[in-house]
Amino acid sequence: MATLRDIKRRITSVKKTQQITKAMKMVAAAKLRKAQERINQTRPYAESLGDVLARVAANVDSDLNPYLKKPDTVESVCLVVITSDRGLCGSFNTNIIRTARQEADRLRAEGKTVKIVAVGRKGYEYFHRRDFDVVAKYINIFRDLNYEHAKEIARLVVRAYLEGEYDQVNLVFTAAVSAIKADLHNMVYLPLSAGHSDEQQHDTDYLFEPEPEVLLRELCPKNLNIQMWRALLDSYAAEESARMVAMESATDNAQEMIEGLTLHYNKVRQAAITTEISEIVGGAEALK
Amino acid sequence: MAAKKLHLDVITPFEKVFSGEIDGIMAPGHEGYFGVLPGHAPMMMQLSIGEMKLKVDNKDYLYATSGGFAEILPDKITILAEAAESADKIDIERATRARERAEQRLARKSEDIDLDRARMALARALNRLKVASRR
Repeated sequence: MATLRDIKRRITSVKKTQQITKAMKMVAAAKLRKAQERINQTRPYAESLGDVLARVAANVDSDLNPYLKKPDTVESVCLVVITSDRGLCGSFNTNIIRTARQEADRLRAEGKTVKIVAVGRKGYEYFHRRDFDVVAKYINIFRDLNYEHAKEIARLVVRAYLEGEYDQVNLVFTAAVSAIKADLHNMVYLPLSAGHSDEQQHDTDYLFEPEPEVLLRELCPKNLNIQMWRALLDSYAAEESARMVAMESATDNAQEMIEGLTLHYNKVRQAAITTEISEIVGGAEALK
Repeated sequence: MAAKKLHLDVITPFEKVFSGEIDGIMAPGHEGYFGVLPGHAPMMMQLSIGEMKLKVDNKDYLYATSGGFAEILPDKITILAEAAESADKIDIERATRARERAEQRLARKSEDIDLDRARMALARALNRLKVASRR
């Protein structure tokens, strides 16, 4: 049977763990807030740029633009899988890796070649160990995430796409909808879809300088950069929110454990006292 | 009648650099500097690296831009740039470092670097320094 001191030691140890999980939860909450702020700041730019792109694209034959042109057949697909570098964030990585894996298996079943670009250590470790062709990896970018990272990744996949290495590029990433809810996205990144401009804007006759074809060729890479940036930010926010939830439930579990152990501790202590008293009483009786 | 104003938004991926009413603007277009006053014909334009001058109540405000796009409507201009800084917010030290880095890269001329990128970086750094020197 556990002695009083053993139980005491366990209580102390669980309390220490609880302190750590509590601190990690608070750090995750602070990081989440920051990430959400950054997402909000990119929104006006991303939306306006999307509008401009749609309007310019409406004036151009999209088959003439290398970014917008739909390939005749899709034989090779590149999946950009965005996961986290660190663990302790619940099922965040499991979920996104499962989604990516299913997509990869589906594409292979259709006879297509699948290449993986892994963003985040967890995804890299998963796909690297298995029978997948990981063409590029970006590890430890989330510690100091900035726009240059997004541009770098976008540049790499866009160049490979334009050189004809892939017929399609998908982004597989998680986006935080709220602090507790996250959505898994599997989005077609290339060919770029220009979206539709609404009716009112069609009425305006724009002058273009330079001509729309040239303008569009400049607009597309910028649009791809910002889309990649948003995906990275979304994934980072979702990661921190998952970590926050995981650490919160770990803190709760520790609390439950402490309560159970304290109850046990008190019972054992009570039993020891009772035994002692009955021994004393028994001893006194014997002396009579 | 009071002079007509133009609403301007300067937006980058990180922040709204400027949002407000202006009297006019000078910006670096694809084919040279251009000016826009209220009532301009709708236009989509590519911007190049250069300085942007806003006119508000007879005062000029200088900004350094690193290229981007402008959507011009009779009463509204939206400028989308990957970077734009007002002259007094330019980090001269950072721009100087960027210039040195780009110059070194160009001087080395090795095969594995992207010459176009280095040239663009140099142009951006020089532009920032030029605009900063005029504040």
